Amino acid sequence: MKILVTVKEVATVEDEFEIEGTEIASQYLGADLNEWDDYAVEEAVQLQENGIADEVVTVTIGPEDCEQTIRQALAKGADRAIRVWDDALEGVDLLDVNAKTEILSAVVEAEEPDLVLTGVQAGDDSFGATGVSLAEEIGAQWGAVVNHLEHDLEDGVASVRRELEGGVEELTEIDLPAVLTIQTGINEPRYASLRGIRQAQRKELDVQALADIGVDEGTIESELELTEMYEPESESDVTVWEGSADETAAELGELLREKGVAQ
Amino acid sequence: MTDVLAVTDHRRGDLRDVSYEIITAGRELADETGGNLHLAVISGTVDEFADDLNREGVDAIHTVDHGEEFNHDVYTQAISQLYDELAPQYVVAPNSVNGLDYAPAVANELDLPIVTDTIGLETDGETLLATREMYGGKVETTNELEGAAVVTIRSAEWPKAEGTGDASIEAFDAEIDEDAIGSTVTGFEEVGGGDVDISEADVLVSVGRGIEEEDNIPLIEDLAEALDATVSSSRPIVDNGWLPKNRQVGQSGKVVTPDVYIAIGISGAVQHVAGMKGSDTIVAINTDPNAPIMDIADYAIHDDLFDVVPALTEEFQ
Ligand SMILES: Cc1cc2nc3c(=O)[nH]c(=O)nc-3n(C[C@H](O)[C@H](O)[C@H](O)COP(=O)(O)OP(=O)(O)OC[C@H]3O[C@@H](n4cnc5c(N)ncnc54)[C@H](O)[C@@H]3O)c2cc1C
Repeated sequence: MKILVTVKEVATVEDEFEIEGTEIASQYLGADLNEWDDYAVEEAVQLQENGIADEVVTVTIGPEDCEQTIRQALAKGADRAIRVWDDALEGVDLLDVNAKTEILSAVVEAEEPDLVLTGVQAGDDSFGATGVSLAEEIGAQWGAVVNHLEHDLEDGVASVRRELEGGVEELTEIDLPAVLTIQTGINEPRYASLRGIRQAQRKELDVQALADIGVDEGTIESELELTEMYEPESESDVTVWEGSADETAAELGELLREKGVAQ
Repeated sequence: MTDVLAVTDHRRGDLRDVSYEIITAGRELADETGGNLHLAVISGTVDEFADDLNREGVDAIHTVDHGEEFNHDVYTQAISQLYDELAPQYVVAPNSVNGLDYAPAVANELDLPIVTDTIGLETDGETLLATREMYGGKVETTNELEGAAVVTIRSAEWPKAEGTGDASIEAFDAEIDEDAIGSTVTGFEEVGGGDVDISEADVLVSVGRGIEEEDNIPLIEDLAEALDATVSSSRPIVDNGWLPKNRQVGQSGKVVTPDVYIAIGISGAVQHVAGMKGSDTIVAINTDPNAPIMDIADYAIHDDLFDVVPALTEEFQ
């Protein structure tokens, strides 16, 4: 069985930041492997360790800068990586789910995985839609917000738990091939070992342009345009206690006594 | 005219609150251009649900009586067929776990753009302006879409629709292709039980990722003991296995309403806030003065928890 895992490099923002136009000014931004994708990679690697998967391939849409993040996934045990990028994507707002679906479905067509694992959402833009959209596009089955996957996958069926609201989990059987969007907590993502990090440097990281995967660049356009970004207006009338830790702790202590909830 | 098709949410025999909120959101969109609001009620006791959903502002309710529980293939097929029949400008779905299990598929099937987790919507009939957050609530953005679209709405952002409506209620004869259904729900399970019920506590000392390491958790436990309070947490602490599932506050954990909720090193992501915003008094201890938790906190200390927490514990020892 072959597993394809989507891996996104997400932008992280410092506590204090400024907005320039419709973006956070770049000096306040960092980059990291998307938290949810980390769990998806781990799940795939565990399936391989348990002898269920033969190959784990990652796919990333992104410029060269994100190769460090991709190597992180390779260091944790993925076998090889595909990175799709193209000059034509430079100006495209990749918030657009259809654009990502189009690109990822072309990679799925070429790789023919039995199982695709994505994160529930990307930690930066939190759209939470790409995995299910991709499944529909490639005619596969799917399950969103999966927090448990049985590691047998016999008879072409995946037994999963979907995490619903309010501490309720849904037990579902899903036909393969399928796309599962993986929720945090499904496993304990490993830290890459030194050996893993060394090995990752030698693993195949294949860079593909749109034409290489048979996508017509004319079809990749964003139908969604981000036109404004601003800090939310705070409606709060929070009382901020200032001073040393001892002083602020004393203020809080007094409040708790006043409320009669602590002595 | 901007007609809107809004899809309602139910689980295990009950309509979920967002079903009434989606009426308000859908009505607002339809009103901006004098369109109609259609509701889709799919699976379960649809007639009972339809009567309950017949509130002020709804023009028509379309029921699809197929199966008891949610199935994304049934939803995707039924909504696509309703879309073909009604030709609405917008399909509005809840940004619930189940909403996210069908709305992107509907958008892809109908070749429409999708914008998820919206907290504000405006339209002139052609251009949709959708407000949503990014970076865990640190910023808000406006997103423009031309023409028809699929939209999901965040729960508890729009008020619930009230009153009694005079909507037409019709059974919609969806042709569900059983062969295309590739998933089956076999059961449900409640998780997070056990010896402690954090929703019963008067004071919660709640710890988040700011605590950094499992070895630091005793710092929080000591404070809780000194205050005679109960320890709860945000999700990452439970995901990491540092505290059991029954301590998790939020969308997929418990909803709590203590007299005092002390959020320590918790940023205030929407899924966390969903579980604690009803607390009487909220205190936030966080190094980041811009953390979204500050928007709902009554009192705040913008300082390092590793300094403040021991000082507070000492106060009560
Ligand atoms: C479908 C779904 C369901 C979810 N359900 C839940 C749920 O039920 N409950 C839940 O909590 N989350 C849930 N989440 C996750 C949620 O989106 C957030 O990822 C999570 O709440 C973040 O937890 P946090 O605030 O502890 O961590 P972070 O967001 O990482 O915040 C850590 C905070 O600690 C502060 N900090 C760091 N160091 C210090 C220090 N030394 N002193 C003081 N402050 C410090 C930082 O400034 C920051 O604000 C869900 C997500 C999804 C997609």
